[in-house]
Amino acid sequence: MTMTLGRTGRAARTAPPARWRSRKVQGWLYASPTAVIVGVLFLAPLVLVVWMSLNRWPLLGQATFNAPANYAKIADNPLFLDAVLFTLKYTAITTVLLSAVALGLALLVQERRPGIGFFRTAFFLPGAVGFAAAALLFYGMLNNDFGPVDPMLQALGITSEPVKWIGTPDMALFSTITLVLWRFAGFNMLILLTGLQAIPVEVYEAARSDGANRWQIFTRITLPLLRPTLALMLILSVTGSLLAFDQFFVFTNGGPDNSTVSMVMVIYRDAFFRFDLGGAAALSVVLLAALVGLNALMMRRLR
Amino acid sequence: MKRYVTLSALAVLFLFPLVWSGWASLKEPSNYLEMARFGEGVGTYATNSVLVSVMTVAGTLVVSALGGYAFARFDFPGKNLLFLATLAILMVPYATILIPLYVLLGYLGLQNSLVGLALVFVMFQLPFALFMMRNAFEALPRELEEAALVDGCGTFRAFARILLHAVRPALITVGLFAFLASWNDFFAPLILLNDGASFTLPVAVVSMTQRTFGAIDYGMLQAGVMVMAVPCLVLFIVLQRHYVRGFMSGALRG
Repeated sequence: MTMTLGRTGRAARTAPPARWRSRKVQGWLYASPTAVIVGVLFLAPLVLVVWMSLNRWPLLGQATFNAPANYAKIADNPLFLDAVLFTLKYTAITTVLLSAVALGLALLVQERRPGIGFFRTAFFLPGAVGFAAAALLFYGMLNNDFGPVDPMLQALGITSEPVKWIGTPDMALFSTITLVLWRFAGFNMLILLTGLQAIPVEVYEAARSDGANRWQIFTRITLPLLRPTLALMLILSVTGSLLAFDQFFVFTNGGPDNSTVSMVMVIYRDAFFRFDLGGAAALSVVLLAALVGLNALMMRRLR
Repeated sequence: MKRYVTLSALAVLFLFPLVWSGWASLKEPSNYLEMARFGEGVGTYATNSVLVSVMTVAGTLVVSALGGYAFARFDFPGKNLLFLATLAILMVPYATILIPLYVLLGYLGLQNSLVGLALVFVMFQLPFALFMMRNAFEALPRELEEAALVDGCGTFRAFARILLHAVRPALITVGLFAFLASWNDFFAPLILLNDGASFTLPVAVVSMTQRTFGAIDYGMLQAGVMVMAVPCLVLFIVLQRHYVRGFMSGALRG
């Protein structure tokens, strides 16, 4: 305390050591619930999953160290290798379609006009429904006997017999992507709207007075200025699609003939149907590494 | 005019599934009665869902408000490290963290526990919630807190009596996101709960479709969809402004 008395007034007022130390302690106290949650429920499991991947870890019973057997057997897991290919295909198609639909919607509702709020809400509303509930909704809506879609298509003369919505691999993928577009287009539209609204009106006005047409304005102004927002949407869409689970577990149940089994579904099956937590942990670690690598790559290239 | 025709057609496409599901569930009101008797009874599952959501919202608000205050107004060793560790939650796949959590919660005596599930949801909400709350506290004028401190309040009294009121919009946003996530989530309860009596609504209703014996009752299924969806739709429409604002600050800075 005597030391501070000799200091200049300003330094003494902003940082008296005793008070400063107590603010340090107080800061820690306020942050301690966060630290406990992050430490116990995030960092500890992260360490545990690596340790589990190095052990034979049955659902019940004693774990025994067996590294690197869990990693070595990934190469012999045909279901997982198929799932990787399927998930990549699903991710590519979903991301392209979702970006296109979301961008279209965002451009349609971009300007403030009478009634535009209603349309924004209408497009977003499916996003408020839980994904599992949305999948069950489509499960009923596309059912051949119960759902309204087949009778409507037949009444319009578009189809002549019930469509196997989840009965063939291609149709199952198509139906799932329709479900995902319905559920997530509004969400992605909202992301893009934040980007569109950040573009100053003057830029458009200047382009228009220079005689640019709508297409030129879109390709020369809107798209380049929207790039950071598009990048964010792309990263979210790719990450979300690579981790797809609910839609395939609930809606197609991986079928027909395991043709729509995603990577996370294999992890789930290994853990809770084959009771092999160690193998599931190894797959999880590989997935984590791939995702972190991919995200780093995308952020560097897109931003 | 052409734009409104396009918009209306699209709105019909987007709203049709919701309207159909509501209509299909109500076509035979007995759907709801059958659902009430399904499994352990829809009352049990709804109660579980409400309990988990209430615990998640309360837990997220308490942890993120205290944490947001700490990150906005205090300097302490390890501050940046803790913030980065919290944001890293966003980078890790759901499955990667839930497999070990299944084991870890067993060690802690929280296997098949709604409290354990709610704690996991709080952890998943934390990156967004902490980020929102830190920004909200940072946006408050420092004079607000200093006046209270000069009046002899401790920092906690200043926090509880004055600052918390000033960040109420952010609290509503954080609470809304926490509710929607915990009420709707399917994967975490699927893994962490293994006894029918502790299932939340999504897991219970999905299990209607996965029965090996007997035909699926599609009307009852849509009644289940409505029980899950209607609270979210109502809450979203009422609190839309808060949702969009939280979304904007998250999306623009994320």
